[in-house]
Amino acid sequence: MIRSLLAVGALVCGIGAVLAQSDPIATRKATMKKVGEANAEVTKINKGEAPFDLVKVQAALTAMQGAAKAMPALFPDNSKTGGDTAALPKVWETKADFDARWEKLGKEAAVAAAAIKDEATFKVAYADMGKNCGGCHESYRKKQQ
Amino acid sequence: MRRFLLFCVLFAAAAAAEFWWLSAPAPVFAANSDAMERGGDASRGKLIFDAGGCASCHAAPGQEDRLALGGGYELKTAFGSFFAPNISSHPDDGIGRWTAADLVNAMQAGVSPSGEHYFPAFPYTTYAHAKPDDIRDLMFYLRTLAPVPGKSKPHTLGFPFNVRRGVGMWKLANFDKAPITADPAQTPEWNRGRYLADALGHCAECHSGRDFMGGIVSKFRYAGGADPEGKDWVPNITQHKDGLLAWSLKDISWTLKTGETPDGDSVGGEMNKVVKNMAQLPDADRDAIAVYIKSLPGLDGPPKPPKK
Repeated sequence: MIRSLLAVGALVCGIGAVLAQSDPIATRKATMKKVGEANAEVTKINKGEAPFDLVKVQAALTAMQGAAKAMPALFPDNSKTGGDTAALPKVWETKADFDARWEKLGKEAAVAAAAIKDEATFKVAYADMGKNCGGCHESYRKKQQ
Repeated sequence: MRRFLLFCVLFAAAAAAEFWWLSAPAPVFAANSDAMERGGDASRGKLIFDAGGCASCHAAPGQEDRLALGGGYELKTAFGSFFAPNISSHPDDGIGRWTAADLVNAMQAGVSPSGEHYFPAFPYTTYAHAKPDDIRDLMFYLRTLAPVPGKSKPHTLGFPFNVRRGVGMWKLANFDKAPITADPAQTPEWNRGRYLADALGHCAECHSGRDFMGGIVSKFRYAGGADPEGKDWVPNITQHKDGLLAWSLKDISWTLKTGETPDGDSVGGEMNKVVKNMAQLPDADRDAIAVYIKSLPGLDGPPKPPKK
């Protein structure tokens, strides 16, 4: 039983990895969706619509770090168009800057994750995380539809 | 036959005279109107600057300082490319020699100090609704900002759009100069929000559908539309299911302050610049804008082009 579960698990992981390679657009969209969903919970806390929740905050920072690691590799040259992508050509024109911004986000999210223990530290350490989102979306993503 | 030709010539001349007369630029104030210079307040002008979103187009691209108003930002449109001019306090390359009346004429009549029409890429169609005193305060604020040397590029427009007199005809059809008067049936907060959005923030200039001549179609006002370049889509922000129906007041004011949308995403493209301006305003002003935007009746936007 355990063996077959492991086999299924390995298969699923394998399919995931293959999908990531064969369809980078779908993968990066799914990755960003995860970040958005996790960050939406934190936005509610920031707006005073939900109580502080350390688990939710850490989940958002984890999602950001995961995206920061995975995303730069998900923009191969053959993924500039198609799949309803919102990525602008500028991603490939200034790929070094694009990648550097991901690295910055990853680092800042890691620092914040280590620093945030409670609501007080959250308010200080999370305050500027959102600027990373806008900074990149301004240059590299089409307007929201 | 000769008589017919003569008629044609006379008719053409009359039409040309008519065009010349109808399309004449009409400033609001004489440039040397001293009264406009009295009582200006630069700190109040800063709020007008931020609410009016001047930096979005006039801050020089490729650098971080939104108060370096050297211009040069390219607004690509179906009519050609507009390049935002230098509005820094530089005496030769910017507007350092302008009087407050010059700025009122520019922003509220769309007429330059030399008496030419400005193209409506410059949203004087919105600023015309502002209080002239607010524009005067803005002039006082602009004078406190650093001069930036270097003229911006000239616009590259195709014929006939490059004929500035043609803008005079456009204004006849599309330019409503009426000031916004307070609606007593609404709260002071709503009226403040309306003033900030419709006389300064010029939200509707991007968030509306336009006709082939670039005029806002009233049934699509605030209902979104193609962006000026015609490539992307600016969202519907009326109370429509495809607009901001599901957004709370707090969602709107928070997005204006931080750029973060309720779904955990962030705003895209030019809206990031708008947020940088809006973030400078006091909370009460962003809340007022939210109250006004939340009051916009839901409208169906113009049809979107099919997705590729």
